[in-house]
Amino acid sequence: MNQKLLSGIAASNGIAIAKAFRLENPELIVEKAAISNTDAELTRFESAVDQSKSELEIIKEHTAQQMNDEEAAIFSAHLLVLSDPELLGPITEKIRSENINAEFALQETSNMFIGLFESMDNDYMKERAADIRDVTKRVLAHLLGVSIQSPSIITDEVIIIAEDLTPSDTVQLNPLYVKGFITDIGGRTSHSAILARTLEIPAVVGAQTVMSSIRNGMTVIVDGLNGDIIVNPDAETIARYEDKKASYELQKSEWARLKNEATVTSDGHHVELGANIGTPKDVVGVLEHGGEAIGLYRTEFLYMGRNQFPTEDEQVEAYSSVLKQMDGKPTVVRTLDIGGDKELSYLQLPKELNPFLGLRAIRLCLEMEDMFRTQLRALLRASIHGNLKIMFPMIATIEEFRQAKTLFLEEKAKLENEQIEVSNTIEVGIMVEIPSTAVMADIFAKEVDFFSIGTNDLIQYTMAADRMNERISYLYQPFNPAILRLVKNVIDAAHKEGKWTGMCGEMAGDEIAIPILLGLGLDEFSMSASSILKARTQISKLSKMEMESHIDAILSLSTSEEVVSYMNKLSGMKK
Amino acid sequence: MIEKQYNITSAEGIHARPASVLVGALAPFKSEVTLEWNDKKVNLKSILGVMSLGVSSGANINIVANGEDEEQAMAKVAEIMETQGIGN
Repeated sequence: MNQKLLSGIAASNGIAIAKAFRLENPELIVEKAAISNTDAELTRFESAVDQSKSELEIIKEHTAQQMNDEEAAIFSAHLLVLSDPELLGPITEKIRSENINAEFALQETSNMFIGLFESMDNDYMKERAADIRDVTKRVLAHLLGVSIQSPSIITDEVIIIAEDLTPSDTVQLNPLYVKGFITDIGGRTSHSAILARTLEIPAVVGAQTVMSSIRNGMTVIVDGLNGDIIVNPDAETIARYEDKKASYELQKSEWARLKNEATVTSDGHHVELGANIGTPKDVVGVLEHGGEAIGLYRTEFLYMGRNQFPTEDEQVEAYSSVLKQMDGKPTVVRTLDIGGDKELSYLQLPKELNPFLGLRAIRLCLEMEDMFRTQLRALLRASIHGNLKIMFPMIATIEEFRQAKTLFLEEKAKLENEQIEVSNTIEVGIMVEIPSTAVMADIFAKEVDFFSIGTNDLIQYTMAADRMNERISYLYQPFNPAILRLVKNVIDAAHKEGKWTGMCGEMAGDEIAIPILLGLGLDEFSMSASSILKARTQISKLSKMEMESHIDAILSLSTSEEVVSYMNKLSGMKK
Repeated sequence: MIEKQYNITSAEGIHARPASVLVGALAPFKSEVTLEWNDKKVNLKSILGVMSLGVSSGANINIVANGEDEEQAMAKVAEIMETQGIGN
């Protein structure tokens, strides 16, 4: 049989090769019928609901034991749906007043809700339609006397092929036998996708045509890393995927081992790997990926998507939540960086011809002093919950830093006067993203507690190239020696004063940049959480001393391309 | 009839988990309890109703209880708003 390639949405990492098992959902056919005994029909309906509820109680219990309370909460919500007066009311009303059968009344009412949720302009809400379908189908099956095929019957190694997996199907998957699954519908945020990641089963969803093209017993490869599905693979393809699977699993076990380890080079030098976050919810991912710190907490999200400024209390809650979750690990919070391309609907700022060079970030905060003082107060109040460090964005002159620092100290003194407890060990630093500041780093280093280099802006300001303008994208050159020399200047200036330097732009997680930054002496690397373990693995194999010995040669190269090819040669990577 | 305003501070608004806790806790009460937001009104004892509203973080909502145990129902709402960090 011919090998065939299909594809869908990669929903859960990993690779599996096994025989297909089609999980068919019986079509539940509902016909409208007139009934003569409404009381008997109501009793029949109630008992189908009760049976469904007791099944859900069992599934919920099972899930809490096998997985965790959070997954089990899905079934608490399902149970609530089966007690919902807005769902049950119209159904019993239809049975009673229209003399129609329970199946039809249930289907009509649940379809109304499914339609309502599906039409919402929000992926999360759309997925909730699947919950309603799952829970009402269970009741419908009881009414019709149809038994639904259960994944718990599977006792061979298989890859499940289904139109969709309901949450209750997914929790019954035994990872011992179910090596992966592929569904025709669903997205990355469907329950089945989330559960697959929790169970660490490779999965591809939204593949659209698997039910129509894969039969029971066909050999299938599911590649949850990129969403590929191979049906009837030939021997060569199987061998290739066996290799890919083995190297993925090796990497995964290496990463798992490194998750709780410090980041140390082969010659024993420690650097800190942190993550960039936008909301308190992101902290879970940081810890899951072994982050040692938060190198950049962008506070703008607190201010966006609403119609007034967040109150001091709301901010205290968000900052405290992050600090508590980080449990004493360093947490660098960047004060509001708004203006430029980031606008707030409730803050009517005049349009500027050159927003990236205009009134934004610290410039705006110093002008809107009340708003800025509120944020500083909130940060100070939250500071007792962890290891808080504050940094100001877009600092161009030392006066700006002094002015911001003065406001910080004034708010701190006010709180102390009000007998409100604040931490005395908060470090106050700056983002280095404007060339004037990078050049004057030696002056700044005497007054700030730390630097964090924001490469995205530093590159665009140094090269005078708008990074949104595709026609000059060739000028966005992280490896231009001009950028590297500025980075070196900043790190050296900090170290001379016994201060530390971090980096929170894209560059900090880049595998070509990491060896250079290590050689330059960067102390903290902050990147997206999912890059941390990869970076830790890379750093553990690098020698800091060796990288230091290459720095002079790298900085005397003439172009970005020369730097990249030097680094590729060094790592033996093929370009 | 009694009513009370809340400001929703929970980052995810009133979505799945906070909604389940609220709705679940109100089931035993006899009073009618409704939630009003954005000119829409839903039954606070209905998970589908509450979820369909999609109340977001920062929203100012109004809760109305009406019935023989309205005071107790309202006290329960206040308790859950606070203990679950939903709003104040």
